[in-house]
Amino acid sequence: MTAPGGVLTPITRRVADGYLQLVADGDEVGATRLVSALLDDGVAAQRIIVDLIGGAQRRVGELWEANEWSVAREHAATAVGERALATVAARTTAHATRGRIALACVDGEWHGLPARMLAELLRLDGWRVDFLGASVPGRHLIVHLHQTGPDAVALSCMLPTRLPRAHAAITACRAAGLPVIAGGRGFGPGGRYAERLGAQAWASTGEEAVARLATDWPPRTLSDLPLPDDESFLGDEEYTHLVRSRPQLIKTAMDRLATVFPPAAGYDAAQIESTSEDLGHIADFLAAALYVGEPAIFQDFVTWTTTVLTSRGVPATALRTGLTLIHDQLVDFPAATAMLNAALDSLPRT
Amino acid sequence: MTTRTAAPALLTAVFEAASEAMVLCSAADGTVVLTNEAARRLVPGARPGRPAPAPLPTDGSDSFQAEHEGRRLSGTRRPVDDGHYAWYLRDRTESNDLAFLAEAGRRLSASLHVRRCIRTTVELAAAYLADAAMVVLPPHRRQSDWTRLLPGRPVEEGTLREATLGEVPGLAEALGGFPPIPSRWLDPAQAPAWLVPAGFGPVGALLVIPLPGNAEPAGALILARCGPQARFTAADEALARVFAARAGAAVAAAVLYRDQVDTAAVLQADLLPPELPQPDGFELAGSYQAAGDALRIGGDFYDVFTPSGPATDTMIALGDVCGTGPEAAVLTGKVRQTLRALRLVRTEPAAMLTVLNEALLQSARTPRFVTMVVGSVRRADHGRVRLDLASGGHPAPLVLRGDGRVEEVPTSGTLIGVLPRTVVRPASTELAPGELCLLYSDGLTEARGGPTGAEQFGEDRLHQTLAECRGMPGAATVDRLRQVVADWTRGGGSDDIAMLAVRAPDRTPLSLRGGGAPTPSPYVAAARRGDRRPRSRS
Repeated sequence: MTAPGGVLTPITRRVADGYLQLVADGDEVGATRLVSALLDDGVAAQRIIVDLIGGAQRRVGELWEANEWSVAREHAATAVGERALATVAARTTAHATRGRIALACVDGEWHGLPARMLAELLRLDGWRVDFLGASVPGRHLIVHLHQTGPDAVALSCMLPTRLPRAHAAITACRAAGLPVIAGGRGFGPGGRYAERLGAQAWASTGEEAVARLATDWPPRTLSDLPLPDDESFLGDEEYTHLVRSRPQLIKTAMDRLATVFPPAAGYDAAQIESTSEDLGHIADFLAAALYVGEPAIFQDFVTWTTTVLTSRGVPATALRTGLTLIHDQLVDFPAATAMLNAALDSLPRT
Repeated sequence: MTTRTAAPALLTAVFEAASEAMVLCSAADGTVVLTNEAARRLVPGARPGRPAPAPLPTDGSDSFQAEHEGRRLSGTRRPVDDGHYAWYLRDRTESNDLAFLAEAGRRLSASLHVRRCIRTTVELAAAYLADAAMVVLPPHRRQSDWTRLLPGRPVEEGTLREATLGEVPGLAEALGGFPPIPSRWLDPAQAPAWLVPAGFGPVGALLVIPLPGNAEPAGALILARCGPQARFTAADEALARVFAARAGAAVAAAVLYRDQVDTAAVLQADLLPPELPQPDGFELAGSYQAAGDALRIGGDFYDVFTPSGPATDTMIALGDVCGTGPEAAVLTGKVRQTLRALRLVRTEPAAMLTVLNEALLQSARTPRFVTMVVGSVRRADHGRVRLDLASGGHPAPLVLRGDGRVEEVPTSGTLIGVLPRTVVRPASTELAPGELCLLYSDGLTEARGGPTGAEQFGEDRLHQTLAECRGMPGAATVDRLRQVVADWTRGGGSDDIAMLAVRAPDRTPLSLRGGGAPTPSPYVAAARRGDRRPRSRS
């Protein structure tokens, strides 16, 4: 059965909007019925996964960023997406004609749905897929590799703060003789950090990953994969210092907060907690940027945070204060200081 | 002084017998005065009276490195007396062999997976040792698995009947644990057609080497070279044997590991959290994380028993055996099995805990205590769910109410497996649609992390995080809690964490809209209507 001519995607706007409404209502039953109906009508499973389920997930993320949806609602919506995807998986079969691939989210990476969608796309393309789930500790991944002997590893990372862990996992996979394809926004625009961390390939979307793995993959012999001896260690003493002194860094910043930002004196427990969480995020993104040696990681975080805070009515002063408090404790660290200075310069003037 | 006098016979004999390759030349015009056997093997063109041939440099340099007739040669020049100098030649090809063996060692040690080790073996052998490489494994149930590679082609795999193994000269011996047979004794003409793929051409030389393993061969490596001139030299055979020893060790280790993994998987299967049933009338969701253990088993557990025998309710249990790791996991297995049997006779949670206490006291070799919550779950009217819960020294279950309040279920009791008499105070609660009851182990609240890295997650944060999950499905709630705690510990969790949630499902919008009739969602109807495409009748 073919789609009618002239229609590029069989998922119409109307159907997509309808699905988003079901997701917004947390209506699992409705969403799975819709997916079933589309499959009955001959819509390709790939289109349902990418355009319908994936498209809705993108919207959900935007709605959360814009403060229109709560975290709980986002999670409920994602749960509906998982159910819809499970329906697609249960109703489609594919012969395994390619190799076997292990797919995992990096340790600490909880965005499992994009990886699960990729798992289904790969399965439909003839791969035998072992999906290990969200936040897979490096050790579990390596044990799995030795036990099942896949031909390749796909690693998903949506947050740059997980890049040091991603690097450890990639290095371990390569030491086990396996090529790695990296995916997810965490590896930066255009996947520019993926290669630096030792991955053989990068894909920005599930479909791109399928296409990349369908041609010239995995590398024919492993001799194409020299051990990344010189790449096994990234980061430098600034990174090490920042990670080791993180608790002290945050404590000192919290102690000084009220002096530089008087409204903080009246914070309740919840506000204090979320402020120290925010300081933790600053430290973590700074550490990731130092580890990979990419100031853009930190700058992108600051830009994104500004957007999120603005949509929640938080003044830029709060972020400026946080950055300054961290900055003042890192005077002896030129790379970190440069990143913090650039970030402070980029904040909107108040 | 004349430079071309014939050397005395004794000197010539000594020169010839030296193992180092030497070419003695005249300093005046660079012609060769004397060579020895080792040198003629490397540079056949070096003959007395002729000019020093390539690759010996004539530009006055004192050393060189060059490729010559398929060998990597290096040489150094030293003056012997005023009128002569000598080139001392080295065959560096062997250092290629060393590099090959070094790479082989590195790549063979990379994986503990049998199939990958074998693929690596044929990849290395086909790239360096022969025109085709094949590994044949010892027969298992009269079948032998094989893996074959020709450079530039994909790896092929298949199985052979044991009876056909004898068709390859030397293969049965290699798999039988006999020492390798020199290549020259193996008649390549006798190689069966199936040994090499069509298009390979006639096999010119054949080498079959055992892969030494765990007291018996791990397999056999077959190397073939094509063409009438092909042969395996003694050096080739020696290298292949060294390689086979490394490959055999890697494959044998992988086989041992596989056996261990298979055994562990069987033992582990009953200790892993169960697959949760999907009962009518309520949702169940569980999560289990073993502390940093690759086996994923530990001292926390949960289990669900669907109605059977006198029990018409679904039983749930979640507990924590003191300790972590396999020892604790074994006790969780005992506890779960005891509960499974117990529920066939006793159905009240409090009574089950009391009997379990007696059973554990009598059976335990080393005293280990358990804390746990046992509950029975059943549907009540109007989509509500009733839970009867009993705790034995375990954190009280939490209930997330529809308005976002989080309550503790007031059940308490003494530890299980320590005291001869236990005190259990059971409690009951009812969940309205959308409400959820969470059973958890103290690994959740005692998880250390936060900004300082040393603070416990604590009950307050748990209550607050749970409150934020209002309206979420059970599975999403459990995932959310797990994620928040993982972020809190920043991956450094050191204790097992188990969670089990029971949730009364929301009344679906569908049943409200359609009065309970299964009308499809309007969006489903829209999808069908708006996008109808012609169906072929055939």
